[in-house]
Amino acid sequence: MKTVTVRYFAMFREHAGVGEETLRLAAETARDVFEATRDRHGSTELNGHCKVAINDRMADWDSPVSDGDTVLLFPPVAGG
Amino acid sequence: MIEISEAAIDTAALQRSLENPAAGGYCAFEGRVRNENEGHAVVRLEYEACEPLAIAEGEKVIAEAQAEFPFLDARCVHRVGMLEIGECAVWIGVASAHRDEAFRACRYIIDQIKVRLPIWKKEHYADGNSGWVGCERCAQHGIAD
Repeated sequence: MKTVTVRYFAMFREHAGVGEETLRLAAETARDVFEATRDRHGSTELNGHCKVAINDRMADWDSPVSDGDTVLLFPPVAGG
Repeated sequence: MIEISEAAIDTAALQRSLENPAAGGYCAFEGRVRNENEGHAVVRLEYEACEPLAIAEGEKVIAEAQAEFPFLDARCVHRVGMLEIGECAVWIGVASAHRDEAFRACRYIIDQIKVRLPIWKKEHYADGNSGWVGCERCAQHGIAD
């Protein structure tokens, strides 16, 4: 099990009902973290436009997650 | 340089900050809050950003523009928070020796900012509903990556 802090943005934040939470997870990758949060909070699905960052650096869904990491979950962006 | 701002964008001050005797061209783009989207009457927009990553990615975009269309100076400001119709949501200014680089760099920067920076906007509609732009339909379709 790893202790992972998850930060949610925009629609993900609204679905989670919190901006951030620290979870104990058996997650190997960023995708595992996303799946765990989806099981926890429901509705949100991952798609090709969603992105992830680990410890304030952009990452891939297959990037490994370590104990103590902060994982940032980004829904599809829409700036401008 | 790029900044994320909770305060209204002072476009006149930004324009002055790009005054440069070597600049024969100056081009600015101002993105404003529009009162409709896809047939829905919009009353305001709410922007949210992941600031450290938005700034890091924005600086990358500006560096790419500089490499492709060498300019003298460029600045960008993106708003966050609740914005009313007509307010400036994003401002980009480029000063260059000649006009072509200013036009092209400005266009490149705004196009990339819209698709790459971790910034989100929520439309608030006249009928009381609201929705995150680019999110709601994706979520419904749920295409697995």
